[in-house]
Amino acid sequence: MRELALHVLDIATNSVKANASLVTVEITAKDNLLTISIKDNGKGMSEEFVAKVTDPFTTTRTTRKVGMGLPLLKQAAETSGGTFDIKSKLGVGTEVTVTFRLDDIDRVPLGDIAETATTLLYPDMDFVWIYTVEDRSYTFDTREIKEALDGVPIDSPEIIAFLNSMLKENIESINGGLVL
Amino acid sequence: MKSIADIKAIREKMQAQIISRDNESEANEIRVVVGMATCGIAAGARPVFNELVDQVANRGIKHVKVTRTGCIGMCKLEPIVEVFVPGQEKVTYVHVDADKAKKIIDQHILGGKVCTEYLVGDEA
Ligand SMILES: Nc1ncnc2c1ncn2[C@@H]1O[C@H](COP(=O)(O)OP(=O)(O)OP(=O)(O)O)[C@@H](O)[C@H]1O
Ligand code: FES
Ligand SMILES: [Mg+2]
Repeated sequence: MRELALHVLDIATNSVKANASLVTVEITAKDNLLTISIKDNGKGMSEEFVAKVTDPFTTTRTTRKVGMGLPLLKQAAETSGGTFDIKSKLGVGTEVTVTFRLDDIDRVPLGDIAETATTLLYPDMDFVWIYTVEDRSYTFDTREIKEALDGVPIDSPEIIAFLNSMLKENIESINGGLVL
Repeated sequence: MKSIADIKAIREKMQAQIISRDNESEANEIRVVVGMATCGIAAGARPVFNELVDQVANRGIKHVKVTRTGCIGMCKLEPIVEVFVPGQEKVTYVHVDADKAKKIIDQHILGGKVCTEYLVGDEA
């Protein structure tokens, strides 16, 4: 994938499919390290399944025989001096954590996190995004947004477009001119 | 900088619209669905989704809902956009990008004419 933000969209889509009600995405750039973790409270996986889930031939999808999401992210991390870790528990949830060295020349750019976040707005599911660069941090919590919306659907086009520009502005300000 | 506080103004405007909307317009809602499995995302589905949302939002189009789905079953033809107009057969657009997404809104959603040049061709 061209952006790490696209991997985030893809991995979070697994959480959606696992019937999570809450997904927390933490993105932290600090001391030359970029850490991304995606944690959900979905149905989780058994130990045996997690152990082989980064093998592309492990999938529960029925439309093709290989799953690509997790293997692709693992590869993106490990080919640029980073790490990949997945923890999961049946009935509890799943957490995927990857790290990258910010200065590694093979690292894929972080890309458009605002657009990824606004592609993941669901009336019946919540996301918390915690975006940190050095000591500056911004949190976007869809539960707070829904409260402010007072019944107006969070996935109405007008709201998605507004939240997209709100996130873009706030992320740019946290970046402080840095391109991640 | 925009913040949650700005949502109140948008919300009030939209709540007024929701109240004035009648049942008939609900039944006439057009659904535009973007395929977002891994293959769709890798092929560029996210900017397509966001372009469709922007077009509908910025032009004040009221009877259209843009949503995502998982796999549509034709990896090689992603990004795929399906258009459901009530009472008509589903239309499937393939290899969609942001420009094509805008044309789909102009010609099909607003103009009522299917963009035949973006349908599945011989490659399917
Ligand atoms: N967050 C999660 N919660 C529960 N199960 C998960 C989660 N993430 C992945 N899985 C399981 O691991 C499998 C492999 O995931 P992966 O993303 O690699 O491929 P996929 O989702 O099956 O297909 P693709 O991502 O290529 O469209 C999934 O089919 C699912 O069974
Ligand atoms: S997996 Fe590619 S369209 Fe379904
Ligand atoms: Mg997946």
